[in-house]
Amino acid sequence: MSDAESPDDDFEPVQVFGDETEMDLRPGSDDCYKCSTCDTNCPVAEVEDEFPGPKFQGPEQWRLKRKGDHDIDDSVMKCSNCMRCDGACPSNVPLSQMHNTARGEYVDEQMDKLSVEYLRNRMLSNYRLLASLGSKVPRLANFVMGLGVTSWLGEKVMGIPSEREMPEFATQTFREWWSERGGNATSKERAREARAERGGSQVSNPDKRVAYFHGCYANYNTPEVGKAMVRVFESFGYEVMVPPQRCSGTPMFANGMLDDARRAAETNVEEFVAAIGDGADVVASCTSCSMSLRQEYPELFDLHGIEDLSNNTYEALEYLRIHEDLEGELADTEVDFPDVAYHAPCHARNQGLEGQAVEVTESIDGVEAHDVGDSCSGISGTYGWKEEHYDTSMKIGEEMFEHMEAADADTGMTECPTCAMQMEHGTGYEIKHPLELLETALVEE
Amino acid sequence: MAIRDDVLVVGGGLAGVAAALAASEHADVRLISHKQSTLRHASGLVDVLGYPPEGGEDADPIAEPFDALADLPEGHPYERVGADAVREGLALFDDAVGDTYVGSHTDRNALVPTHGGTVKPTARYPKSAAAGLASDGRDALLVGFAALTDFDAPLAADHLAAAGVPFEARGATVRFPGEFRDDAKVTRYAHALDRNEDLNGVPARTALAEAVKPHLDGEERVGFPAVLGDDDPCGVRASLAEKLDADVFEVPMGPPSLPGLRLEDRLYAALAEAGVHAETGNPAVEVEAEDGRIRAVVVDRTGRPVPYHADQFVLATGGLVGKGIDSDREAVREPIFDCHVPHPSDRYDWFDADAFGDHPFARFGVDVDSDLRPRAADGTAEYGNLRAAGGVLGGYDFAAEKSGGGVSLATGYAAGTAAGRAAGGETSDAAIPGDTT
Repeated sequence: MSDAESPDDDFEPVQVFGDETEMDLRPGSDDCYKCSTCDTNCPVAEVEDEFPGPKFQGPEQWRLKRKGDHDIDDSVMKCSNCMRCDGACPSNVPLSQMHNTARGEYVDEQMDKLSVEYLRNRMLSNYRLLASLGSKVPRLANFVMGLGVTSWLGEKVMGIPSEREMPEFATQTFREWWSERGGNATSKERAREARAERGGSQVSNPDKRVAYFHGCYANYNTPEVGKAMVRVFESFGYEVMVPPQRCSGTPMFANGMLDDARRAAETNVEEFVAAIGDGADVVASCTSCSMSLRQEYPELFDLHGIEDLSNNTYEALEYLRIHEDLEGELADTEVDFPDVAYHAPCHARNQGLEGQAVEVTESIDGVEAHDVGDSCSGISGTYGWKEEHYDTSMKIGEEMFEHMEAADADTGMTECPTCAMQMEHGTGYEIKHPLELLETALVEE
Repeated sequence: MAIRDDVLVVGGGLAGVAAALAASEHADVRLISHKQSTLRHASGLVDVLGYPPEGGEDADPIAEPFDALADLPEGHPYERVGADAVREGLALFDDAVGDTYVGSHTDRNALVPTHGGTVKPTARYPKSAAAGLASDGRDALLVGFAALTDFDAPLAADHLAAAGVPFEARGATVRFPGEFRDDAKVTRYAHALDRNEDLNGVPARTALAEAVKPHLDGEERVGFPAVLGDDDPCGVRASLAEKLDADVFEVPMGPPSLPGLRLEDRLYAALAEAGVHAETGNPAVEVEAEDGRIRAVVVDRTGRPVPYHADQFVLATGGLVGKGIDSDREAVREPIFDCHVPHPSDRYDWFDADAFGDHPFARFGVDVDSDLRPRAADGTAEYGNLRAAGGVLGGYDFAAEKSGGGVSLATGYAAGTAAGRAAGGETSDAAIPGDTT
């Protein structure tokens, strides 16, 4: 019917396409009007001419796949899963969901399961397994990992760039510290004491309870971040729970290992939904973990309670800003803390959290945080740990390194463990987590 | 409970930025935007008024926009805020963008060639477009890139000739030097020129100039699609100009637009300097209100409602394209504050049968009083502490009259100033500056 004709009075268009089918990404694909804004945000496309960009990887490839027997284009493995395209799209196209789905299909159906690349990716994305072994004998593992021959072998055999230094395992994991400290019972007691000290009606509030998703890195490599989280939350009167947990799935999504991610998600959803049932909100200290629980879980899996988990998950600083008068608490604090060059991780950006660390730091005397701008660090989790992406990763990171060096600080700060590795790798700075700053400001020794 | 500011601006486009900058003179300001700012979709040109609102297809462009403001119909955003607010809005813009923009020296409209070969009357334009003005008598060569199909230089040159410009325009299409993808991003070209990358052994700027030289036939100026640098556009133009021995200018393009990106960077840097906290990533979905005042705007953080408290609020979420105004088969709505949007009840009266006709939907938007407070159907203010600015306003057709940028700046300035003063305790009910009604 042409626009000029007046339709019958009883004409009403009907819904032609059902939306029941699993992973039917048609609505998202149809919402793309090809403005290409996503392409101008993609840190990989900016430096890598072989990469066709998020618009192709998402809606265009999805449409191509509707007809005939097109394979997924292997360039999807060049996507670093930074998810910046999501925040760029003015039309709400679920780009990263499309990329995750395409990558999963590529790995399932087109990738050689005996190839070094597959094995290497599988190993990197299951970092938790590696780390749990390594941290049983942390000193030995650190020693072996630090050997030149290990890194030479890593590059030659596994395709892990020898320029990268394996992160050191802590001699005591966060969970070991947590149970040694007395676990949940101790936390309950400390929270109660803090509430009593603060006085008022909060003393007996049973709902001041958070379940901590520490993720792999805070457990095996930087337990000081996990400890800071526990102490800060307890000082506000929160009882901290630490349910059993597996990897959030972030590195698995990025490597197309959706079955591995699903298995991990099943455990996480079950454990944390139970904690939510006990009155807890879920808090993560790593912005990629919170991103995964919030956005990728419900986008990719259909598990009982998964929406509940998504709706009740927060990043740590975010949680305190919403539920407590954090600025007021910090107003009279003064710290002995180095000034920091702050980098906002892409996954923090996607949750709308890119400004909060600097904003919170403004309230604390004795420390300055300098935002080093909106560039991507380039490591994107396991991405920069692959020999074939190492150069791209460092090229993307160049802008951040320059801005860090130009900033008036010799220490870095970020929420993301792999961004922290890249920041340290590119500048040699020690990297802190905002929770460590909060701990210094708020928790008396 | 804890996120609290004096003024909360909802929307990160030109109107939101203007409102936040204006309000920050008087109060603490936060700006929230669901997605990255849509400024990068914009051409980078800032129009005040290019054509009379009811002029129809054959209307002549307006030479003196400020003279034409007095004739605007009641309810037009300019009629609401008055001419002084338009000047103040432009002054705020000029201050924020510094010497990267031209046009503040005169009240007259400039005529800037577009990538379609039309001529657009506009009040402010990026410095990069300055040598391209259609009122300039110098002959011009337009250069297109084979892979960049949005700009067909020979066609654009023909259109300019047909539009009667007072110079000879010729078009030539060249291959951008180097080994770029056929669908390379505009930012890829821009960054190659920024960094003067080595392209097959030749620095990018030199290689591009060499590719253009054979086509140059005595023209004193050369126009390129707007991809001449992101971080260092001045340097790129200067290098090309020197090598070509001709002035170099950019022709503004559609999205994603480098002039829009550069403008976004400038304005967000200005926000940071002004101490405005800006954040993106989560949509505002509803409000908490009490006694005719808004207490908080509720932001949806992956399913969790988070209240953003403030004393004064500015609605600057854009129009139908920007999703500040939404519609379905039944009605047209403003989805966050649920402000009244006047429109015919029969949806077949929302549009004109002629595709290029005068569509009523183009004027859909919230109806405001002279303090820019949205009005309910009965004409009273929806909320005492809410003002609206930019594309979300009704009563004007920015695309037909070429007034989008100017309306955003003028109403953003007025709404932001009023909100800032009210929040800062300077006024109780805040009449807008420049209000002549």
